[in-house]
Amino acid sequence: MQPTLPATGAQVVISKPALQTIFDALRAAGYTLVGPTVRENAIVYEEISQLADLPIGWTDEQGPGTYRLKKREEDRYFGYVVGPHSWKRYLYPSRLKLFSTRKSDGGFEIEPDTTPPPKYAFIGVRGCELAAIAVQDRIFIDGPIQEPTYKARRESAFLLAVNCTEPGNTCFCVSMKTGPKCNSGFDLALTELDDVFLMEVGSPLGAHMLVNADWRPAGAFELSHARRALAEAEAKMGRSLDTRDLPELLYENLDHPRWEAVAQRCLSCTNCTLVCPTCFCADVQDVSDLTGDTAERVRVWDSCFNPDFSYVYGGNLRPAIRARYRQWLSHKLGSWIDQFGVSGCVGCGRCITWCPVGIDLTEEVAAIRGEGETKP
Amino acid sequence: MTLAQPILYPSFASPMLPQVAAITRTQPESPGVFTYTVEFRDPGYRAAYRFRPGQFNMLYLPGIGEVAISISSDSEEPDQLLHTIRIAGNVTQAIARLKPRSVLGVRGPYGSSWPVERARGRDLIIVGGGIGLAPLRPAIYYVMRHRADYGKVTVLVGARAPADLLYPSEYDEWRKQNLDVIVTVDRADEAWKGRVGVVPMLFYSLRPDPKRTTIFTCGPEIMMRFVVYEALARRIPKDHIYVSLERNMKCAIGFCGHCQYGPTFLCKEGPVLTYAQVEPFFSVEEF
Repeated sequence: MQPTLPATGAQVVISKPALQTIFDALRAAGYTLVGPTVRENAIVYEEISQLADLPIGWTDEQGPGTYRLKKREEDRYFGYVVGPHSWKRYLYPSRLKLFSTRKSDGGFEIEPDTTPPPKYAFIGVRGCELAAIAVQDRIFIDGPIQEPTYKARRESAFLLAVNCTEPGNTCFCVSMKTGPKCNSGFDLALTELDDVFLMEVGSPLGAHMLVNADWRPAGAFELSHARRALAEAEAKMGRSLDTRDLPELLYENLDHPRWEAVAQRCLSCTNCTLVCPTCFCADVQDVSDLTGDTAERVRVWDSCFNPDFSYVYGGNLRPAIRARYRQWLSHKLGSWIDQFGVSGCVGCGRCITWCPVGIDLTEEVAAIRGEGETKP
Repeated sequence: MTLAQPILYPSFASPMLPQVAAITRTQPESPGVFTYTVEFRDPGYRAAYRFRPGQFNMLYLPGIGEVAISISSDSEEPDQLLHTIRIAGNVTQAIARLKPRSVLGVRGPYGSSWPVERARGRDLIIVGGGIGLAPLRPAIYYVMRHRADYGKVTVLVGARAPADLLYPSEYDEWRKQNLDVIVTVDRADEAWKGRVGVVPMLFYSLRPDPKRTTIFTCGPEIMMRFVVYEALARRIPKDHIYVSLERNMKCAIGFCGHCQYGPTFLCKEGPVLTYAQVEPFFSVEEF
């Protein structure tokens, strides 16, 4: 065991099985570990406890409307890209009780939810996902009003990031400048090499979790190997998106015929917004018991593709799928920048992979720009 | 504006917790439209509560839901909080069943307000169509309280039918305060002796000075589009034309995403916006 811990910014090497000591240290520190695991033929984020829970030896083949798990030739721990889940599921849960009410003599009493927020360690956060978390930070923490449950979960979360060396077919993080390397916002960031993990220390807390990992300073060979793998990954992006003047492009083309063309294919199923790591729209609903004595106010994920989303007295303002898709894309890539100073898209490709009809937003933008092939 | 929090909640408690308030008075206005006076149960909260003309509250009924309703009373009497509500959806139907002394949840105030300060020293044309007059009434009260600070003030009021006119019993009082109140209806009945026609047509008889006129308008979007058209035709600058927009709202604090209007969250930067802010989207279909 090393007598001292590595400094923040240091690059160290640990053996692959030593990752378990990091898991153990995190659990000892009171963290609930959440990481990638294989469930129902997909790699999803669930509570994990040991290395065997990781999708070791698996990879995912992705394309528009396509996702398949495949066995790899060699046993990589993080040899996949991203699945349908994102960390949003833990920081901004799909269903959250806000408060409850109880009938009383004078009407009703309001009882805030006092459940302490969970303390998570996220294992395997990719560069695009770090960027997505930073996007949601701007929405829920940096504004004039803070979302307290998000803030509490976020501030207590430990982030073990993973640099992507094998981008997928629907990835375009290079276009969005969010990857494949994790540059900031993590406690530890690993690069998986053939036999070892190269580990970059991002915070003193991250260094602390290496206490039993039997680490050693990284050598020139490992550093150059990782650099080369990341450079190769940058060149292997499955897609690209021309981000020049996107807000202006979309605002100036709100009547473009392409919206009708994409609406002919779009099912308005909401998959893209549910898998998106930054989409934050929510509904707030009341759930009462049969007696009507108590009611709960719950926040649930919503989607701008739901017909009720734009309901005002007199009807739904966006009955046409054309208008809903336009709202989604012009927000994601356009007005988001006006609102939060950053694009709502991090280039993870989930909306392309999980779209049941394989709509590809990079292709839609290219069509509105008047470039590339246009599907009918 | 910050409000004193009377009840100590845990630091991670939701900013969407309402305050309990009681209905102290119910006033029928027109068919399907009622005004409810509400009073916060907590005396400290009641005393600290302030709002600006044009802002709104979220009204909540347990087991039913929440709805955004503009405040229609005098901002200088914030302990008398009036909400004029058209009975339309689930929540407003449930509110309509409430009797005086019933309780409901209230949180707010939210949103931007009519720029009564910026408009000081200027002529005002206040244009309300149907229920759209409700969020304008606090601005009218404000102007009457500070009448000497404003030039010529014209109030254009319209409704579908004479029975749908909002606050008709107050128009004479407004006129006494030197407001020029002009009223029109889309469809007259036998008893109606006033004007017939849509609200924007009332502009035909106006000769506003474009250098010193500010417009406040709220009503159906189609009406506001034509009000803006008439105002622009009279060379009134885009940033002195204020519209109040309505969209679905679930949270009122910029998190739920429902009220987005292009880059604008209507609950935060809106509902009151200048025409300059909304122009790129104002005529886009299904926006």
